[in-house]
Amino acid sequence: MRVEFDDVTVVLGGRQVVRGASLSVEPGTVVGLVGPNGSGKSSLLRTLYRAVAPREGIVRVGGHDVRALTGRQVARAVAVMLQDPSTDFDLSVHELVLLGRSPHHASFGRDTPEDLRIVDDAMRRAGIDDLADRMVATLSGGQRQRVMLARALTQQSPVLVLDEPSNHLDIRHQLELMATVRGLGRTVVAALHDLNLAAQYCDRVVVLADGCVVADGEPSDVLTPELVRTTFGVDARVVADLDGRVLAFRQLVADPSPTRPVPVSVPRGPRTESSLRS
Amino acid sequence: MKGVLDASSVRGPGSGAGTAVVSVADRARRRLARRTGLIYASLGFALVALIVLSGAVGSVPVDPLQAGQIVLGHLAPGMPWMSDGSLTPLQDQAVWRFRLPRALLAGLAGAGLALAGALMQVTVRNPLAEPYILGVSSGASVGAVLVIVLGSAAVGGLSLNVAAFAGALVACVCVAALARKGGELSPTRMILAGVALGTLFSAVTSYLTISTDAQNVVSVLFFLLGSVSAATMSSLIGPAVALVVAGAVAAVVTRSLNALMTGDESATSLGVDATRLRGLMLVVASLLTGTVVSVAGGIGFVGLVVPHVARIAVGADHRRMLPVAVLGGAVFLMTADLLARTVAAPTEIPLGILTAFVGAPFFLWLMRRSEADRAGFGR
Repeated sequence: MRVEFDDVTVVLGGRQVVRGASLSVEPGTVVGLVGPNGSGKSSLLRTLYRAVAPREGIVRVGGHDVRALTGRQVARAVAVMLQDPSTDFDLSVHELVLLGRSPHHASFGRDTPEDLRIVDDAMRRAGIDDLADRMVATLSGGQRQRVMLARALTQQSPVLVLDEPSNHLDIRHQLELMATVRGLGRTVVAALHDLNLAAQYCDRVVVLADGCVVADGEPSDVLTPELVRTTFGVDARVVADLDGRVLAFRQLVADPSPTRPVPVSVPRGPRTESSLRS
Repeated sequence: MKGVLDASSVRGPGSGAGTAVVSVADRARRRLARRTGLIYASLGFALVALIVLSGAVGSVPVDPLQAGQIVLGHLAPGMPWMSDGSLTPLQDQAVWRFRLPRALLAGLAGAGLALAGALMQVTVRNPLAEPYILGVSSGASVGAVLVIVLGSAAVGGLSLNVAAFAGALVACVCVAALARKGGELSPTRMILAGVALGTLFSAVTSYLTISTDAQNVVSVLFFLLGSVSAATMSSLIGPAVALVVAGAVAAVVTRSLNALMTGDESATSLGVDATRLRGLMLVVASLLTGTVVSVAGGIGFVGLVVPHVARIAVGADHRRMLPVAVLGGAVFLMTADLLARTVAAPTEIPLGILTAFVGAPFFLWLMRRSEADRAGFGR
């Protein structure tokens, strides 16, 4: 299912946190959103699952404007792996994961055997099947994050949104998470901090800075030392790896980039994507 | 969605024993289901037992068997014991006209307050929430006290019950209006507006109480502490209708309430309109509370504590927790009323005093048990 952000502007507390961002995600591809803190990654993603309404622009999923769909229709199309599952009254892991089935049901009624099977399958994929009976409040940050992955998988939506999915995970679970997500064959939009993780697992990387899309393309084209320097203000080197290249981060740049980074000269937008591939 | 089934998955460290582990979880689920069923059954049995027992306690001697016979005889016509002279008309009157209505009103009030409390707790996302958090009871008190102190004629000829209900509605409309900003009902604003307005209304009640005749003060205190002693069969209609309607609405949104428990952002991502659900629950819980308070006064403690006990017993999933809270609230308040009219007989203790006296130690004991940690009390 295709996801499109068309000239989206988001205003929060009187401040433009996303300014005219456009981006199109092809069905079945994994797109990574990277950018410094406060660059508007989460806000842009929140327009997709209707947590915030764009001041201007349209967000489409499967060709439909999300504002014209009901909350449940959107929840059946887009699942979100949120950062932290805080509950007011404690739920068990199984109960929390089971919530992922709620967009598919009338609001009352029993869980079907099919629901339970989907939940078990999602928990196995997220590697938390041994935690089913634990209370969520007793889990570590990384375990909670995998619980949220399981809940998102349980929604069985064609589009998956990940917001900093790996910030609490150990290295093995980071790789596992990304491999699991890739293996689903669904459309994935993920806000990521780890640039090398983005480079390794994403089909495309989109860079946001100060609410604007400043680069959009294949990871190896986009994630260059120049971009890291202008966008993050960090001096980076490209280091050859066994099967590719990784970025090594050296030091702060003494004179950080201007507030509005200079857009790097990488072709951007869906129009040029076919030319990139050829 | 076939991609979910055939996509290659990377196995986690614990997934070698995956199937065995899941079946352990399965067993735990079945154990919880059995436990829930057992709790339903015992609470249902307790309800019936309490109705019979209430019928057998009082100044006119009636034994439990006779009490059961009288109740059954009125419900099913043609029972032999109703006409064979084994029951006196006095006994019949005592049970059917006085004891049964008050037992039922206690049950309905307890069920209603527990349900309203459970809904308020999830709506404002705060374990300290209770049915009166939005000033419903202080608003009702102003209405009732106006009638008691100034007389019904001074408030447009409204009866005490109607004035109390009107006061409850005025209070929660004010709170909702004050808490609403930018199209959103923020839980924090709801609580703070409710507390502030409640204090204001209580001040009005206190002023009216202190400036009136001494004999009125007792009536005011009786209303404030709650009582079901004036119950008649017709006074049951309001709370019964409110309970059924509120229960039906709550039953329809149980899954959404579960989603709301995980926060607004998370609820939104699951397709739940948090603000709309919150508004709906606010209306339902306030109407239910207002109806109960207008008939039975401001009975405290039930609405705060019974939902927590239900969570400790069966977990926070509203599909199990709400029915247990409703039944538990009814059983708790019927027990309290039975004690209220027996421990100091022939004097009657106000219900609100009994609920606190019985409820607080029980709750404190329960709160410290390890089961309570499952309900999030350890945080």
